[in-house]
Amino acid sequence: MGTGRLYVAVAVGGFRRYATYRVATVAGVFTNTVFGLILVYTYLALWEERPQLGGYDQAQAVTYVWLGQALLSTLAIGGGGFEDELIERIRTGDVAIDLYRPADLQLWWLASDLGRALFQLLGRGVVPFAFGALVFDVALPSDPVTWAGFLLAVLFGMVVGFGIRYLVALSAFWLMDGTGVVQMAWLLGFFCSGMLLPLNVFPGLLGEIVRVLPWSSLLQAPADVLLGRADPLGTFAFQGVWAVALLAAGRLVQSAATRRVVQGG
Amino acid sequence: MTGGGFIELDRVEKVFDVRKKTGFLRWERRQVRAVDSLSFSVARGEMVGYIGPNGAGKSTTIKMLTGILTPSGGRLRVAGIDPSRERTRLAHRIGVVFGQRTTLWWDLPLIDSYKLMHRMYRIPDARYRSNLEQCVELLQLDALLDVPVRQLSLGQRMRGDIAAALLHDPEVLYLDEPTIGLDVISKARVREFLRELNTERGTTVLLTTHDLQDIEQLCSRVMVIDHGRLMYDGPLAGLHEAGESERTLVVDLERELPPIDAPAPARVVRVEGPRQWLAFPAAQSAAPLVARIAAEYPLVDLSVREPDIEAVIARMYADRATA
Repeated sequence: MGTGRLYVAVAVGGFRRYATYRVATVAGVFTNTVFGLILVYTYLALWEERPQLGGYDQAQAVTYVWLGQALLSTLAIGGGGFEDELIERIRTGDVAIDLYRPADLQLWWLASDLGRALFQLLGRGVVPFAFGALVFDVALPSDPVTWAGFLLAVLFGMVVGFGIRYLVALSAFWLMDGTGVVQMAWLLGFFCSGMLLPLNVFPGLLGEIVRVLPWSSLLQAPADVLLGRADPLGTFAFQGVWAVALLAAGRLVQSAATRRVVQGG
Repeated sequence: MTGGGFIELDRVEKVFDVRKKTGFLRWERRQVRAVDSLSFSVARGEMVGYIGPNGAGKSTTIKMLTGILTPSGGRLRVAGIDPSRERTRLAHRIGVVFGQRTTLWWDLPLIDSYKLMHRMYRIPDARYRSNLEQCVELLQLDALLDVPVRQLSLGQRMRGDIAAALLHDPEVLYLDEPTIGLDVISKARVREFLRELNTERGTTVLLTTHDLQDIEQLCSRVMVIDHGRLMYDGPLAGLHEAGESERTLVVDLERELPPIDAPAPARVVRVEGPRQWLAFPAAQSAAPLVARIAAEYPLVDLSVREPDIEAVIARMYADRATA
């Protein structure tokens, strides 16, 4: 398929664009490792006081931390995805160029963001994770099927993460300055994805709610598949439903957005 | 219905709703007519200049021609296609270059963007290779293909962008300020390439510019737009007449003399020592005036200066305003 080849090319381009910034990648690896260390000792202190918090033992909690560091930039939970670029293009009017091309805006940015995510997973994710696994006592599965399931859950997480951030970025068509929305989305995503603490530890109604929100597809879902705490098929279904819903919402908003004035000369 | 033009506009309008804040939680709705009953036709293979002051409606027109803006009224066709309805189908047949924007991948080598175009426009492999080869040669991109776009100079990037817009053999090329910010050599190179493209491949070109030399050197036809309306459509020479522009004859005499007694409507507009400046209608030949001065005055040297089109357009506006 000709169309498929285009989006593969876009994804490859997305991967290579990030791969050109080697110093930034090394700096990112360092940051993720240091951040991981801080969180690990915080978690260890917490789990010392409250063993089996959220149903995790200490090794599982430590694994969760390093997983979070591996996926932080991959899923752009801390920002740094395509959204900043798209918002800037909407603000300056450069998005006009994206619109007259014979390509779909949403698929284009999805492909580009998946390329970026894959690079971040390999370039920024693997090293901190390997460091954590070597230095600390972690709980990793030996079954390759579990690992495959984990990777699939990460892939789903990438698409859900894109779906959320695409909606955030499109808001710039109306707001012209997306900074506020991006910061709100970042704060919400950081908490609701389980980056601060696993969502399992939140009790009562709050816990019930955050666990069904789309953000739980990002970190919590792949982590629970890897730690053997969730049924993989059920997890994929949950993520898949959110992915489809968000992408569909993105399409709706996109068609409304492109009917609006494209700003600038 | 169609007048046989490749690009056809029939009383096209574009109205924007603008909301203006007039007080606390109060907005006033105002309609801005960016393009107002615009009609013109461009034949296949023509190279047309499209000029006008900032905010005249040039970019709005180009956006409607690419299909990213939908006209509020009137009829618009490019190659028989209604752009806003079939944007993707049309995209395969048009090329667009925005001088102040880039279609190239900023962080990656130039060649990567071309490979992307190859896939995006589904260009047959052989066709892609020969087009790329030709563009690389004519636009002198050979040494730049492996350079990341962010490291290119403005002129190099512009040439890179023009090549990117042409790999899929578009039948029509819209150029929005293609020479903006370029140095003299880069400008000359871009113009030379566009001239060749138009004559050799027969590509229809619609050129928007502030640089009137672009128009003088490339376009036999020029359209002037202001306040969304077509003010002039015709040959460049006629624009001078429409604007009643004047040429200037600069005369160097042997010595300081009183102002030359020139036959009306020619007249001396400035005297500086032995040098005198005479203005005369642009449509009129300079020969009789020169002959007369040479016969009656001790002439050392002379030169004729063409009018600046910007001034011509300004005068045209002024005339309309007072009319």
